[in-house]
Amino acid sequence: MDIRLDGIGHSYGDVEVLKDISLDISSGQIVCIVGPSGCGKSTLLRFLGGLERPKTGEVLQIGSPPEGSLNPLTYVFQDFALLPWRTVKGNVSLVLEGHGLRTDQSSAIIDDVLARTKLTEFADALPKQLSGGMKQRVAIARALAVNPAVMLMDEPLSALDSQTRELLMDDLVDLWSRQPFTAVYVTHNLAEAVRLGHRVVVLSRRPGKIREIVEIDKHLNAREFGDADLDAHQKHLWRLMRDEARAADAELLHA
Amino acid sequence: MLNKNSNGSGVQKETQGRSVTFRGGGFSPKPRRWIGPVVFLFLIVIAEWGTRAGWISALTMPRPSDVFVTFQQLYESGLLAKHLGPSLSRLVVGAAIGVSIGIGVGVLIGLFSYIRSGMVPLIAAIFPIPKIALLPLFVIWFGIGEGSKYALIAFGTFTPTVVATYGAVDNVDRSLIRMGQSFGLSWWSIVRKIVLPGAMPGILSGLRISLAIAIILLVAAEMLGAEYGIGAYILEAGSLYDLERLFAGVVILSLLGVIVSTLIGLIERYMLDWRS
Ligand SMILES: Nc1ncnc2c1ncn2[C@@H]1O[C@H](COP(=O)(O)OP(=O)(O)OP(=O)(O)O)[C@@H](O)[C@H]1O
Ligand SMILES: [Mg+2]
Repeated sequence: MDIRLDGIGHSYGDVEVLKDISLDISSGQIVCIVGPSGCGKSTLLRFLGGLERPKTGEVLQIGSPPEGSLNPLTYVFQDFALLPWRTVKGNVSLVLEGHGLRTDQSSAIIDDVLARTKLTEFADALPKQLSGGMKQRVAIARALAVNPAVMLMDEPLSALDSQTRELLMDDLVDLWSRQPFTAVYVTHNLAEAVRLGHRVVVLSRRPGKIREIVEIDKHLNAREFGDADLDAHQKHLWRLMRDEARAADAELLHA
Repeated sequence: MLNKNSNGSGVQKETQGRSVTFRGGGFSPKPRRWIGPVVFLFLIVIAEWGTRAGWISALTMPRPSDVFVTFQQLYESGLLAKHLGPSLSRLVVGAAIGVSIGIGVGVLIGLFSYIRSGMVPLIAAIFPIPKIALLPLFVIWFGIGEGSKYALIAFGTFTPTVVATYGAVDNVDRSLIRMGQSFGLSWWSIVRKIVLPGAMPGILSGLRISLAIAIILLVAAEMLGAEYGIGAYILEAGSLYDLERLFAGVVILSLLGVIVSTLIGLIERYMLDWRS
């Protein structure tokens, strides 16, 4: 299933947030979205997942979601959004309940996703016992459990320290290599963008427009921390963003 | 200032050093199990000593040991069970009605704009009414029998439960609800699996207050037409100025309060062990 954004525009009151965004997200690709603070990245992601409607333009699904997808458009949140009163297993099973699955079917799914995110031994732990990185892995396991067509990730790693972030990026690359998934990945961190993105979409400051789309051809597996060509991409992205970010920063002060 | 002494000519360098003054700590009470009973025991011993030594006159306060003897007689004569039975059933039925309607209405207020706008002023209007004042009204509505007693206790527990519940629902993390919606959970599943468990801490602490109020209202409810009941027992003793029996009755109510509070504590420990 592909997703097409067709001339998306939106404003909150007098504030124009997004303007004329058109973009194709093809299946099996990770599309990273970067842009200065307040340019409407989270808003765009809410449109993609149907949590909010844009004023102009449309979000289109092209083709049908994969067989057995329980929730084609699935979020991974920055703050994990785990239910603190449910165990790791319980948090995953939450999203399987109400779909009429048999117990053995859902426990097979739970076992599978916990194994894929290396959480099998923590199945019965409560969120309060887990570190930030583990919590986000639970959230990723939960997202995988519904077999999504597209994962919508809003700064999934920015609540984590930089070492944990590296480890989780490796995990995400691993997951993707074993079973490619489609994702829209919003981030502030350009290193994450060049590490995980097949395409990196740079938005301008508010109102957010597409400034440039950078394609990174290198295979995800072949990308390493500190690769020279990735660095070059990152520098290029930073040059694109620097002036926008500075202007956006100054704008907030005058608002 | 800084430069003056930096070349070491004036002040001699201190090599000994003082340890930094500690100014942290405090502000986090921890349970000290034995303190509670010790306070009770201390007060009882003082009262016993005072009444025996005579510096507390027998008219102002009954002797604790006499109260204990009265209590023992009450127990041995089988009257205790006779009084406790009806009281407990009034308490349980009345509080169960009040608390469950209270939680229901509180959740509705927490979830729906129109119900909130309509009900919050209404609740604010009925909260401060002393429910005892309405007892005659309840007697007319529900009769002199058990009905009016249930109604009084239910009404008294209802308002604090509503206020605690909608406050608790307001405090449920909205990001968890968004998460539920983003996974396509039904409205009812979100209420059942996210809103209610998330509001449970607030509801339980509201329950402490509601149930204490229920015990207070028990005495009021038994003012009219109750032959048996702790409240009836206390009121009868009061009208005869029989301080021993009055205190024996009051002690029973206090014990009831302690038991209820302990039970809620246990439920909290069991149900809310997910809190960090
Ligand atoms: N519900 C809303 N009502 C009014 N204004 C909003 C709302 N949501 C977002 N905005 C405004 O829209 C703009 C874009 O917000 P958005 O959260 O999408 O930005 P963002 O790119 O995700 O920012 P950040 O990088 O800080 O996460 C901001 O100026 C924000 O104040
Ligand atoms: Mg954002």
